Amino acid sequence: MKGSLIILSFFATGLLLGIYRVFPASWLDYEYSFYVLAALMFSVGFSLGHQPDTIRQFSKIHSRVLFLPLTTILGTWLGVIVISFFSKHSMTDYLAIGSGLGYYSLSSILITEYKGAELGTIALLANIFREIITLVLAPLMARYFGKLAPIAAGGATTMDTTFPIIIKTSGKEYSIVSVYHGFVTDFTVPFFVTLWCGLK
Amino acid sequence: MFIVLLFMFAGIVTGYLLRKWKLAFVSRVILTLIWLLLFLLGVEVGVNENVVKNFANLGFEAMLIAVFATLGSITGAWLLWLNIKKHNGQ
Repeated sequence: MKGSLIILSFFATGLLLGIYRVFPASWLDYEYSFYVLAALMFSVGFSLGHQPDTIRQFSKIHSRVLFLPLTTILGTWLGVIVISFFSKHSMTDYLAIGSGLGYYSLSSILITEYKGAELGTIALLANIFREIITLVLAPLMARYFGKLAPIAAGGATTMDTTFPIIIKTSGKEYSIVSVYHGFVTDFTVPFFVTLWCGLK
Repeated sequence: MFIVLLFMFAGIVTGYLLRKWKLAFVSRVILTLIWLLLFLLGVEVGVNENVVKNFANLGFEAMLIAVFATLGSITGAWLLWLNIKKHNGQ
């Protein structure tokens, strides 16, 4: 939660400086953000490739639970497809936002790069809200939708920010599942967000 | 557009090749880059008068997306949960 607040404060600071034109608008024309983004993607890839041991531990998980990342992604897509019929934005825009799976920093950055600031802002807020919904409602989800539900709701955040609340509500025996789910879905975010942004 | 994915692949390969090295600072690099990019996103949103004017509407739309995305994913988890329970019961 503290990490999210720090990230939000960076966004808010930029927002205020932008609104009051502390920077000339031409400053944005140089597309610095693309180079920073490329550096970020390299580092994210680096950290994934750097931890092959984590992957080996996943062999302890019940075979059917291995499908959880898949049901999370497909369920998310179905959910946003339904709500996209009531929006002025396209279905693929919504699928790109949904594919953020709560990983708001990376998904909003990618969507801003490809689709502009308006959709980037929606992506940022929607994925922050998803994380907050999970943090607040995890106990209810576990009670009515089973112990895998808080993990699915947490999306790509289940190995960091929502991990504590998940093992608190679903139990410690779900910690490996939670890390596995976070690891796999984390990996899918840049792929599916880019893919849906690329499709009209 | 897919160039960023090439950067990610290059990162995965480099990370794998250097897996014997202790490089704990990478997570701090990631965090710093994320801060920087969200700051830049903030600036970009701030200079865009259209987005600033509609911020409340965008927030409402974002909330709807979040609720439906979460609902869809927990429904998927629920079906899987029922399937596993049924399978274990037999």
